[in-house]
Amino acid sequence: MLDRASPTVTEPFLTATPDGDRLVLTAAGQWTAVHADALEREIMGLTRKVRAFRAITIDMGGIARMDTFGAWLLERLTRGLTRRGCEPTVTGLADIYGPLIDEVRHVSADPSPPPSERHALVYALDQVGRTTTFIGAEFIAIMRMLGAVAVAMIRAAIKPWTFRFTSTVHHMDRVGWHAVPIIALITFLIGCIIAQQGIFNFRRFGADIFVVDMIGILVLRELGVLIVCIMVAGRSGSAYTAELGSMKMREEVDALRTMGLDPIDVLVLPRIVALMISVPILTFIGSMAAIGGGLLVSWGYGGLDPTVFISRLKEAISLQSFLVGMVKAPFMALVIGIVACAEGFEVQGSAESLGLRTTSSVVKSIFLVIVLDGFFAMFFGAIGI
Amino acid sequence: MSDLDTHWNEVERDARQVPIISVRDVVVRFGQRTVLDELSLDVMTGEVLGFVGGSGAGKSVLMRTIIGLIRKSAGDVEVLGVDMAGAPDEQRQAVERRWGVLFQHGALFGSLTVGQNVQFPLRENLRLSDRLLDEIAVAKLELVGLKPEVRHQSPSELSGGMIKRVALARALALDPDIVFLDEPTSGLDPIGAAEFDELIKTLQQTLGLTVFMVTHDLDSLYAICDRIAVLFEGKVIASGPMSTMLASEHPWLKAYFRGKRGRAYDGKVAVPAE
Repeated sequence: MLDRASPTVTEPFLTATPDGDRLVLTAAGQWTAVHADALEREIMGLTRKVRAFRAITIDMGGIARMDTFGAWLLERLTRGLTRRGCEPTVTGLADIYGPLIDEVRHVSADPSPPPSERHALVYALDQVGRTTTFIGAEFIAIMRMLGAVAVAMIRAAIKPWTFRFTSTVHHMDRVGWHAVPIIALITFLIGCIIAQQGIFNFRRFGADIFVVDMIGILVLRELGVLIVCIMVAGRSGSAYTAELGSMKMREEVDALRTMGLDPIDVLVLPRIVALMISVPILTFIGSMAAIGGGLLVSWGYGGLDPTVFISRLKEAISLQSFLVGMVKAPFMALVIGIVACAEGFEVQGSAESLGLRTTSSVVKSIFLVIVLDGFFAMFFGAIGI
Repeated sequence: MSDLDTHWNEVERDARQVPIISVRDVVVRFGQRTVLDELSLDVMTGEVLGFVGGSGAGKSVLMRTIIGLIRKSAGDVEVLGVDMAGAPDEQRQAVERRWGVLFQHGALFGSLTVGQNVQFPLRENLRLSDRLLDEIAVAKLELVGLKPEVRHQSPSELSGGMIKRVALARALALDPDIVFLDEPTSGLDPIGAAEFDELIKTLQQTLGLTVFMVTHDLDSLYAICDRIAVLFEGKVIASGPMSTMLASEHPWLKAYFRGKRGRAYDGKVAVPAE
């Protein structure tokens, strides 16, 4: 049986003995799953050799056991022989195997081959086409979600009592409050690293003090909001996609719809509003943590007194730099939320699709956040800020 | 010859006398709650055992305990003569390859096609040529009444009944001696359920299977079960053929088999004429 993974059987499963113009194949041994491989090879070898004979008798009287594997291989042997113009007859098979043999006799002769391999060029073109339409469809899905959320926001503005405050606060707790420690830590470390690199390189031409300008402008205008958004996309965007996706898989979204509720109002709007409120707050906390990190490293590593750092910071940055960073935050939050929710609703039945959509949600929202940041840079450049 | 082979030979000699699964005084607790309380049950070789009990009584718990998914607090489970708790890993795995399990919701691998699902146990346990793997997958799918073309589809494209059939084909992939079925007909329409019953009976006769079936379906119990075991308050309170169940005076059994839904089967209770 199966526990004998390495069959020590040396006796052949089929012995061919010519008997006049008839060939007798005497079967022996275990015609079972474990021996199926050896058995198959023996049968393949044998079918090539028996060409000379027309009448063939397969004597199955001597077998110890047979299961579906053995039965199928016997069936395949007789089919193969018949196709070659031989006339095989099976004798001596124990009655208990009757139903099994009948069952495999119905099995389709040649299983339909898998979809045929196409030419490499055709395949490449096919893939390009598919990907293009896929990207188009994804874009439309995101635009549709944006539209639906805009409509829901207007609806909530007209009838504020329909807006789900409790749910929004709950999500703010999850994506905002619970994210504070990790966001503060990461931005703090990034602030430290920038300060260290700045001091190390500026010191060569005696411009240590300008490290404060660099930290202030870089963190407040760009890095603070970008780092926070990337963290939020990975932390909360993925959670949104996975939650909505598994709700979709278990038909919970459909259940909402049948109760006359719009899933956008119930599920999407509170999540997106929570993000749009939380991300600016997190950006502020993150920027402060980064400047704090910069201050500490400038002090410890660069020997720059904190009072000097702060007074230099006052000169280097204006309120404008701070506002430029903060203004971007809610838009980026909107992008993360829209992508995450749109991807969540695209989840199909399988667990694999859920994983795929979650990955795609994170990748896409980080990509779009950076692209959006680029557009903001161009915009602010054009209006001269 | 290994112990298993010796056991198999014994089993063939006195078929239906040797229990293929033997559960002795098994206790399973979840926290404070005792679900199975010194439960004992034998499943004989070649029989179809229907295992019934109220919802939440612990039917699936017993099945999962036998196949080793749930830890028991006390007692012994022997399958094919092997003590599943004390046996060395190799021996236990050898036994595990000789049973197939049909989970309630199919538990097909979503990332594999239907054909790959059926081939999975074969690929893991045997070294077979691709051609033979393919042919066996087709044979198994046809055995459970599916068309060979189905094997290129993914499980999420299948209907509930088809998922059960594919799951059964996968459970049968290695030609097991025992199959465990967890509510095989739940969620199927009466016609589909009847076909599935028929299928299990045919396969059981063709392949000489022992079937352990957890079910709620009175039709299945009538149609294909040789013996029924009833779980009530953590113990098996009755076991035997349908006639024993109908004759019992235990209030729960009376309610189950002779309640409104069971009545139509009981010859003694006349169906009111229109």
